[in-house]
Amino acid sequence: MKAIITIFGKDKVGIIASVATLLAKHNVNILDITQTVMREYFTMTMLVDLSGSKTEFIVLQDELSKKGQELKMDIRIQREDIFEKMYEI
Amino acid sequence: MIKTKHILETIKMVDELKFDIRTVTMGISLLDCADTDGEKARQKIYDKITKLTEDFVKTAEKTEREFGVPIINKRISVTPISIIAGSSNDTDYVKFAETLDKAADAAGVNFIGGFSALVQKGFTKGDEILIRSIPEALSVTNKVCSSINVASTKAGINMDAIKLMGQIIKDTAYLTRDKDSLGCAKLVVFANAVEDNPFMAGAFHGVGEAEKVLSVGVSGPGVVKYALEGVKGKDFTEVCETIKKTAFKITRAGEVVAKEICNRLNIPFGIMDLSLAPTPEIGDSVARILEEMGLESCGAHGTTAALALLNDAVKKGGIMASSNVGGLSGAFIPVSEDEGMIAAVNAGSLSLEKLEAMTCVCSVGLDMIAIPGDTPTSTISAIIADECAIGVINQKPTAVRIIPVYGKSVGDMAEFGGLLGRAPIMAVSKFSSEEFIARGGRIPAPVHSFKN
Repeated sequence: MKAIITIFGKDKVGIIASVATLLAKHNVNILDITQTVMREYFTMTMLVDLSGSKTEFIVLQDELSKKGQELKMDIRIQREDIFEKMYEI
Repeated sequence: MIKTKHILETIKMVDELKFDIRTVTMGISLLDCADTDGEKARQKIYDKITKLTEDFVKTAEKTEREFGVPIINKRISVTPISIIAGSSNDTDYVKFAETLDKAADAAGVNFIGGFSALVQKGFTKGDEILIRSIPEALSVTNKVCSSINVASTKAGINMDAIKLMGQIIKDTAYLTRDKDSLGCAKLVVFANAVEDNPFMAGAFHGVGEAEKVLSVGVSGPGVVKYALEGVKGKDFTEVCETIKKTAFKITRAGEVVAKEICNRLNIPFGIMDLSLAPTPEIGDSVARILEEMGLESCGAHGTTAALALLNDAVKKGGIMASSNVGGLSGAFIPVSEDEGMIAAVNAGSLSLEKLEAMTCVCSVGLDMIAIPGDTPTSTISAIIADECAIGVINQKPTAVRIIPVYGKSVGDMAEFGGLLGRAPIMAVSKFSSEEFIARGGRIPAPVHSFKN
């Protein structure tokens, strides 16, 4: 299963590093990253592959959300197919 | 990779514009639960519902988290109980309603629909017992919803049933008088009822349906309104195009989530209902969409045209997005459940008469309208008759969910709470329909040629 991780919040050092470390711990493979910083606000979307991970989606979601609280960022993960269905005919 | 702007737009739809899947409804056939012994029938009903819905709510909650789109309601619809209970020797079906209520509690859903009867052409023994059980059934249960189909384009209008329903609505209002006659908010009178509607209170699982199915009703008035804010002052071609594109997206989102739940529960996918359903929350109103098109207040001249184009454009976009469109599929205009409608009534721009006109171009009729508690029974029946005539002649579903709020009159507010909201008491005609309703009998089916 592929999923999209989105991160919003005030830019700071080490956001990608700490999220990527968490994902590596759960054997989640990062396929693509897009990021923008507008003024001091950071937005990142990440395409990840969960097929190698044994962690349940909901558990990973909770951990990411906890990580978001630590970093004072909003981090969420959603399945990729919803965007595909909504924006492709 | 998917464009970042689309990802952000979807998140905004959910976070700020209140986009959600309004309901996933599991339709369950109870045809195999009939028994001459009412007690045995009820046991079979309880066992079947609880077994099939064991993992329903849990699975739906897990799936909504994975997709990031909230599912507000998980519900159940069942075969019209008059058909099942009719096989029993019982002379009162209140216990069947209690069984449904208990099964809904066990399943963890917030409503169960199907305490219903289809009497467009006449009553069976079971139909009549069920209808007479409604007031008590709705006063002793919390989650049971009831619907009665009293007319159809093919059969005409059963005026005996309409006369009876006027009384049943009054009795239900009286028995639930301590909660602003809340029982009536769980009771719908239909013309041309559809068998696969996932929305309450009118949901039931038709006899032409499969053993079990999962249907879904998406929503998103806030999303449509926001999209229209982007085309301010543009012509109607552009307005329709914008609505269509928005409807496409929300339909697709609903379908992908629902299909995943179906896969996980190993249950066939039923239908997508494209209705735009409001809630009492700010930013989730159909009335505000109509106003966004340029009307000062919902109910102003032009409202019917605005609603017609909204309804049509939503369907066009939705039908492009899904091949499983069904149910009611049209904009809902309930007063109590729509913050903009409530404001329009309070401002004096929206009357019962205008709402009736609006029901000619959308589903699903006079919905969640509070009227004075001392409204004569025959006036309630006559309101139903008018609405049925609109449905029967125009070959569309129409419904009446009207609440004669006990002890309240024009100028008061009725408070139902939660998704059912609050409603200002609206004025009804002070002229009598008594003799018209007293006639009874049946208004024959209309001719389908010479359409004028």
